[in-house]
Amino acid sequence: MSSPNSAYPDIPETQTKPKRHEWPLWEVFIRGQHGMSHRHVGSLHAPDEEMAIKNARDVYTRRNEGVSIWVVEASHIAASSPSEKGPLYEPSESKVYRHPTFFDIPEEVGAM
Amino acid sequence: MADVTQEQLFEFLCRMGDNTLVLGHRVSEWCGYAPVLEEDIALANTALDLIGQTQMWLGLAGEVEGKGRTADDIAMLRDVWDFRNVLLAEQPNGDFGQTMMRQFLFDAWHLAMLTALTKSTHEQIAAIAAKAVKEVQYHVERSGETVIGLGDGTSESHKRMQDALDLLWPYVGEMFVNDAIDDAMAAAGIAADLAELRAQYDAHVTPVLAEATLMIPEGGFTHKGGKTGFQHTEHLGHLLTQMQWLQRAYPGATW
Repeated sequence: MSSPNSAYPDIPETQTKPKRHEWPLWEVFIRGQHGMSHRHVGSLHAPDEEMAIKNARDVYTRRNEGVSIWVVEASHIAASSPSEKGPLYEPSESKVYRHPTFFDIPEEVGAM
Repeated sequence: MADVTQEQLFEFLCRMGDNTLVLGHRVSEWCGYAPVLEEDIALANTALDLIGQTQMWLGLAGEVEGKGRTADDIAMLRDVWDFRNVLLAEQPNGDFGQTMMRQFLFDAWHLAMLTALTKSTHEQIAAIAAKAVKEVQYHVERSGETVIGLGDGTSESHKRMQDALDLLWPYVGEMFVNDAIDDAMAAAGIAADLAELRAQYDAHVTPVLAEATLMIPEGGFTHKGGKTGFQHTEHLGHLLTQMQWLQRAYPGATW
């Protein structure tokens, strides 16, 4: 049975201990050179947070992708459950007026 | 300020370039075999950094020599007796711990050496060092963290790291033994005095090994003969048969 708060709710969590000792899974977020917020880029294994940042540097920033790296243990991420997507998201589908698409944004404002 | 001869400068550049070439090839041997994917990528990155530095050092060596040899010619078409790398660089990978110990012991020297070379009176050498030192700063952080993690880890990992240190420590001294070439470079302000680097090295390495709960072996014995070309260990010849195979079998092959 998967926990509703797991970062990967679709993947059942094993209740028994893993057969092999594995390093914990870390989710990696990188702020790009020109981006404004950290974006999730993927995940990796590492023994601790310092090595997770070093591994993220090697796995995800080889091509000058980032100026800042965040890592967080995947088990610390709370996620919504796919089975609740009806009540969570469908009520906003018919409310087009919630999208502020009727305004012209001046160019000087830049990315929003 | 004293002048150095073209031969001395060529020799010095080959030492720098052969260290990174031979160690870079050694580290690349892990590609596809490292214990976990993340370490595999990190080791391959380190190897690529070192090979990139080799291109700069041996490229400059070829220019200084003035016989039209490229970095590739120097790397791929010399035999064992012409290589000027320290013996530490050519030692086999062993287990992952031994590889990381070798890396840390080399990286700490490499960082001290390159930091000094950024102030070289030779403009091109200072420029190469400035580019390389940023990569090496990262190498030594990673290898040092790994040495601490494994040394102060389980009894199995601790034992393997102590064995690696016992095996490799006698190769450390060679990086600091100076000869006429080093003296000439220091006198001309091209490179630093190796004795000064040793003090920096010890100040860096000793606390890391202490934190890793590892004991530095006693005794001052040092294997040497690599950087002078006097005598390499048997491992270098085997490495070259792999590294140079393509150019030997198909001379001039390109892609």
